[in-house]
Amino acid sequence: MTIKLSDVSIGMELPALDLAFTRADLVAYANASGDQNPIHQDEAFAKSVGLPDVIAHGMLTMALAGKYLSEVSGSQNVLEFSAKFIKPVVVPAGVDVSLIVSGKVTDVTDGVAKIDLLAMCNEVKVLGMAKGAIKI
Amino acid sequence: MGMNHDMIGHVYPPSMPYLVTSENISAFVKALGDTNPAYADGTVAPPTFPIVVTMNAMDTAFHDPALQLDYSRLVHSDQKFEYLRPIRVGDELTVAASVEEIKPLGTNEIATFKTDVFSGDELVVTGWSKIVVRGPEA
Repeated sequence: MTIKLSDVSIGMELPALDLAFTRADLVAYANASGDQNPIHQDEAFAKSVGLPDVIAHGMLTMALAGKYLSEVSGSQNVLEFSAKFIKPVVVPAGVDVSLIVSGKVTDVTDGVAKIDLLAMCNEVKVLGMAKGAIKI
Repeated sequence: MGMNHDMIGHVYPPSMPYLVTSENISAFVKALGDTNPAYADGTVAPPTFPIVVTMNAMDTAFHDPALQLDYSRLVHSDQKFEYLRPIRVGDELTVAASVEEIKPLGTNEIATFKTDVFSGDELVVTGWSKIVVRGPEA
């Protein structure tokens, strides 16, 4: 699956990956990141503040897009990474939530590839302006 | 009501040092199912790992009474990182958080916090977190 960084060119489409996750992953991420906001774990609490159900941490969605960057490029040398959290990712109990991430190379200059990322959940775009720059 | 605009430009004192261990990195990448060998052996941290220290430093700012921020109405809306180098095991990270911008957006307010992450005296990552504080319901 890993692309050869020496082969990247502007306009190149990177393969889509399904980075599915569950409620258990939200708990693991909360423990690893220190973000214990109950809207990411406690269904009753989430519904009490007007959410449809437990939602994923925006930073978890972004972290999975970061995992995509590392999986397609094999690189751990990320220079820039940014995203907007434009739609909540709802995580019902007992469901593998599918997060389809894909990318497109928008620039290759002086050994740096810029990649636009697309993260889709239930056919809705959940990250806006998701961009990474990787040293190649 | 609303945030105190006099706080724009305010720099908070550095956070307490956070020692990066292979256990911290492993727990983070395991939660993501990330199998990149550089992360799996716990030597290099993945790109969003700095949020562990930047969010903690911002939490101090969020709860600063002088900022007048209603934490119960806060939503994280944007995140950006610029890396000078990856975070590695053994780094002792401190964060200097500052209030870069506060501005209204309709009945909401938007604030941008800049977080410079240092290992010792070396700047390793700068983060920018944009938050929305939702205004009162109409």
